[in-house]
Amino acid sequence: MTAPDIRRDQRMDQIMAILLRSGVLLAASLVFIGGVVYLSRHDLPTINYRVFQGEPQELRTVSGILREAGKFHGRGLIQLGLLLLIATPVARVLFSVVAFIYEKDWTYVAITMLVLTLLCYSLFGGGL
Amino acid sequence: MNTLEFTLLVGMGSLLAGFLGSLTGLGGGVVIVPMLTLLFHVDIRYAIGAALVSVIATSSGAAAAYVKEGYSNVRVGMFLEIATTVGALVGAAVALHLHVSVIAIIFGLALIYSAFASLREKSEHKADVAPDRIATWLGMDSSYPTENGMTPYHVRGVPLGFALMFGAGVLSGLLGIGSGAIKVLAMDQAMKLPFKVSTTTSNFMIGVTAAASAGIYLSRGYMDPGIAMPVMLGVLGGSLLGAHVLAAAKVRSLRLVFTVVIGFLAVEMIYNGFVGKM
Repeated sequence: MTAPDIRRDQRMDQIMAILLRSGVLLAASLVFIGGVVYLSRHDLPTINYRVFQGEPQELRTVSGILREAGKFHGRGLIQLGLLLLIATPVARVLFSVVAFIYEKDWTYVAITMLVLTLLCYSLFGGGL
Repeated sequence: MNTLEFTLLVGMGSLLAGFLGSLTGLGGGVVIVPMLTLLFHVDIRYAIGAALVSVIATSSGAAAAYVKEGYSNVRVGMFLEIATTVGALVGAAVALHLHVSVIAIIFGLALIYSAFASLREKSEHKADVAPDRIATWLGMDSSYPTENGMTPYHVRGVPLGFALMFGAGVLSGLLGIGSGAIKVLAMDQAMKLPFKVSTTTSNFMIGVTAAASAGIYLSRGYMDPGIAMPVMLGVLGGSLLGAHVLAAAKVRSLRLVFTVVIGFLAVEMIYNGFVGKM
């Protein structure tokens, strides 16, 4: 790699770092607000997490979480924050695709697209 | 224990875990699962979901600090991401079918390995490595800043590194950990990357791998907002706090103590797995 290549890679790193930090900050704020709503509205019973039940359908899918959060439900807001947190590294990969297109590095455009596809599959396809 | 008490206690435990994890470089995620299962009697599947969230948060939060420190090799990271994300998908799928006792035992073994790996001395010095055909074709060779200015390095052992990364991905999806220890092993030992480059690249990869597993845990309903909320906020706060006091602390002895604690937790996880108490 030549020197300008490396400088460009470093600038790419810096933009990515800002992207990641903002994503985490935004996600944490949403989770915090959701937590306050959750704890203040809850009639605070004892929850037994020893018995595994799984989450209800509306807290499993992107559309369901958006609906729940829109109703300003605590658990929905927290889940939206978590979704945003999961989306943060995905956004970083998406950013890399754009950066590699800009560098006309087609091998890595393909590699990065493959990673992005796998990530989207996990989030929307529900696994193997 | 009511919901408020549970939230506050888990939050404080996570804060401590994040703080110690960031000071010692072991990451806060590794102790979250033992803490939730052994102390709070949370089902291990919920615990893994919450731990994944904390892994993404600390990895992404630390990225800014890592960028200042050195260079991550974006090409190496992105290529190996193929292996870790496929591995994570496989691991998360396998986790859905394994008995919780088996998961607990594997978790204990992985904990012992990462505790052991963290005690190994790290040497930055690398002998001159000859260029490698695959790495050259993939444009992986790069350079990084040292005292003598920018030092070029060659990458080797791509197939072995790729295979190890698949294993790291499987463990991440199965156990909800970052698998940082195996990632560094793959890049440091197998691919002969300079140590600083492999740690920064590993941190970048941990977030993406954990996101692949977390997506599956979320869509399968293993991600509980009531547990993930205090864990995420606690670990994130603790790790930021840890990063601030890092310069002044005597890390060596602290790392030893933390490693012993992890060792105990590992043994208890394995024991509980065998007697079926999970």
